[in-house]
Amino acid sequence: MPERVMFTMGDIACAEGALSAGCRYFGGYPITPATEIAEWMARRMPEVGGAYVQYEDEIASITSVIGASWTGAKAMTATSGPGVSLMLEAIGLAVMTETPLVIVNIMRGGPSTGQPTRGQQGDVMQAKWGSHGDYQIIALTPASVQEMFDQTVRAFNLAERFRTPVFILADETVGHMRERLVIPDEHDLKIEYRKLPKVPPEEYLPFKADDDLVPPMALLGSEYQFYATGLTHDERGYPSDKENVQIELITRLNNKILHNADKIIELEEFMLDDADIAVVSYGTPSRSAKRAIKDARNEGIKVGMLRLKTVWPFPEKAIADLASRVKHIIVPEQNMGQIYHLVKEHALTTPVHLMAKPAGMPQYPQEIVQKIHEVSS
Amino acid sequence: MQKYIRTDRLPWIYCPGCSIGIATQMVAHAIEDLGLDFHKVVIISGIGCSGRTSGYFKTGTYHTTHGRAIAFAEGVKIANPELEVIVISGDGDLAAIGGNHLIHACRRNIDITVVCINNLNYGMTGGQFGPTTEHERYSQTSPPPFGNVEHPFNLVQLAASSGATFVARWTAVQARRATKSIAKGIKKKGFSFIEIVGACPTAYGRMNRLGDGLAMHKHLLEVADIQNGLPPHEAEFDYERRIVCGEFVNIEKPEYTEVLRQMHLKAHGQ
Ligand SMILES: Cc1ncc(C[n+]2csc(CCOP(=O)(O)OP(=O)(O)O)c2C)c(N)n1
Ligand SMILES: [Mg+2]
Repeated sequence: MPERVMFTMGDIACAEGALSAGCRYFGGYPITPATEIAEWMARRMPEVGGAYVQYEDEIASITSVIGASWTGAKAMTATSGPGVSLMLEAIGLAVMTETPLVIVNIMRGGPSTGQPTRGQQGDVMQAKWGSHGDYQIIALTPASVQEMFDQTVRAFNLAERFRTPVFILADETVGHMRERLVIPDEHDLKIEYRKLPKVPPEEYLPFKADDDLVPPMALLGSEYQFYATGLTHDERGYPSDKENVQIELITRLNNKILHNADKIIELEEFMLDDADIAVVSYGTPSRSAKRAIKDARNEGIKVGMLRLKTVWPFPEKAIADLASRVKHIIVPEQNMGQIYHLVKEHALTTPVHLMAKPAGMPQYPQEIVQKIHEVSS
Repeated sequence: MQKYIRTDRLPWIYCPGCSIGIATQMVAHAIEDLGLDFHKVVIISGIGCSGRTSGYFKTGTYHTTHGRAIAFAEGVKIANPELEVIVISGDGDLAAIGGNHLIHACRRNIDITVVCINNLNYGMTGGQFGPTTEHERYSQTSPPPFGNVEHPFNLVQLAASSGATFVARWTAVQARRATKSIAKGIKKKGFSFIEIVGACPTAYGRMNRLGDGLAMHKHLLEVADIQNGLPPHEAEFDYERRIVCGEFVNIEKPEYTEVLRQMHLKAHGQ
C-alpha cells in the first residue's frame, strides 16, 4: 500500500503498525484503555485476511497468540494492567519456548481495577519481573501517535529476530491522544522474519542456537518434528532436570537479549550536548519534560533530556555515560518511582531526583521547571 | 508405532498400571487408521501426567502451561486451518484450571479434537481431588474419614451442553472402540470431545483401595455399559456401578474457521 496520512489515536496507530508489520492474528479480551486496538483489529483483520479472535479471558488470548505464532503467523494481543496480570504465566512460557509475539500494555491506573480511564506508568517493573523465574524481556515505550505505529513495527521485528515476546508499554495518554500519523509506503518499511531451519529434518535440533544465541524456529505443520515445552529442555527440546541444562538454557535466554542490548535499545537525546542537568523520561511525562526544558533554556539553564524509547533491556551504559556528563538527573514518572531506581543504580555518584506522580496527569511542565530550579540552585 | 512415537524418549514416565500409555496409543492408531499426513498433525497438551503425552509424538508438538492446551490449540487452528489439531490432556488440566477454555471452545465450535484422560484425580501432584473426583472419595486433600466434600462434573454432559459437535466416552480397556471414536472426532469438522476413563493405581487407586492397575482396568471393563446414541444427560458415571460409554453427540453446526473463511470472502466482495 502507498503512503497514507491519518489523524488518529495512539491505539489505532498501534493496530495499524501491527498490520503493516504483517500481524495476521490478534487474540484479545476488551479492556480500557486498550479496547480501541481490539475494535480496530476486528474491522481490519478480515480485510487483510487475518483473524481477530475474542477469547474468554486474557490467559486464553495470550496462549492462543503463542499457538498462532508457532504456525508462522505474526501474532499479538493488547490489554492493560489487569489483563497483563492474567497473562504473566503464559509470558514465561513464551520466553521459555522462544516464541515471537507482541503484547501491548496500554497502562492505566493501578493496582487492581484502579482508574481504568486514567493513564499511569505502574507496570514497568511488572513487564520485566512479572512472570516467575529469571528472564529478560524487551519493552518499548512510545511517546506519540507516530511512535505507536513505528515502535509496534519495530516490536514485531525484534520479536522475530530474537524469538521473544516484546512489550509495547504505552500509557493511556499516548494510547488515546490524537495526532497526525504517517503510514509509510509498504516498500519503505523494514520487515523482519524469524530464521527457519536450513538443515534437513533429521538433523534439526530445535533449541540449538546459532552464534547470535537464537535457534532457527521450525513451524507446526512443517516437515520438522519437535517438542516445545515450558519445562527446562536441552537442545533437542527434551525435558531435563539436570543442573547444567538449566544453567545453560537460562544463561542463553538471558544473554540473547543482554548481549544484543545495543541493537535493541533506542534513545532520543534532546538538548543534551551542553547540559548540566538531564531529565530521564519515557512516555507521556517526556512530552511535559520537553516543554519544561525549552522554558528553562529560555531562562539560561543548561538542561536536556534523555528519552528512553526502550526501557527493557535497560539502557545501563547510556545512563552511566549521561551521569558522567551532567551534575543532576531528574526522573519524572507516572508512578511511585520505578525506572528511577535503575537510573540511580547506574548513575553512581550523580544525584538522581525522583518526581513521582502515581496518577493520570503527567507532571506539568511548570512542575518540572520548578524541580530544575531546585536542583540547579 | 515407530512412525508416530519418539522411541528415543521411551520408556514412558508413567507408573505401572497407568492408562495414559494406552490412551497415547489409541491416538496414534486413530491417526494411522485415517491415513493422515503426520506432518500436518499437531499434538498439544497441558500439564500433568496426561499432559506429558504430546512429548511422545513424532510431529509438531507443544506442551503448554497448566490448563491452556485448548487455548493454544485454538490459536494454531485459526492461524492455520489446514492443520489437524489434537489436544490430549488430563481431567484436572481440561476441566478445572482449563475448564473455562473447554466450554468456550465447545461454544465456538472450533475444529479441534480433545482427548481427555480422566483418571479421577490430579495424578502428577500426588493424588489430590479434582473436578472429576466423586463425592466422598479419598484423596491426599480429601482424606478419610470424610473424603471429598465436592461433587464431580460429568464431562460428557459438560461438553455436550457447552456445544461440542462430537462427544464420546470410553474406558481405557475399550481400545478398539475408543480408537474409532477418536478417529471420528478427528474427521469431524467441529469441536470433538472424547473422554477416556483411566486408572491411576498409584494415587487414586491406592487411596480408595481399588486394587492395582490390572484390577482397576478389570473393574472398568465390568462397569462399562455401552449405550451408543444415548442422550448425553443420561450418560451416567458411577465408578462403582456403571460408567455409560459410547458416542452421545454427533451433530452438524457451522465451524469457526470455516465461518471466518466465509467472512474473508465477503470482505473481498466474493
Ligand atoms: C498454574 C499451575 N498450578 C498448579 C500446578 C501443579 N500441577 C501440575 S499437574 C497438576 C494436576 C494435573 O492433573 P490432571 O490434569 O488430572 O493430570 P494427571 O496428572 O492426573 O494425568 C497440577 C495441579 C501447575 N503445574 N501449574
Ligand atoms: Mg487426572
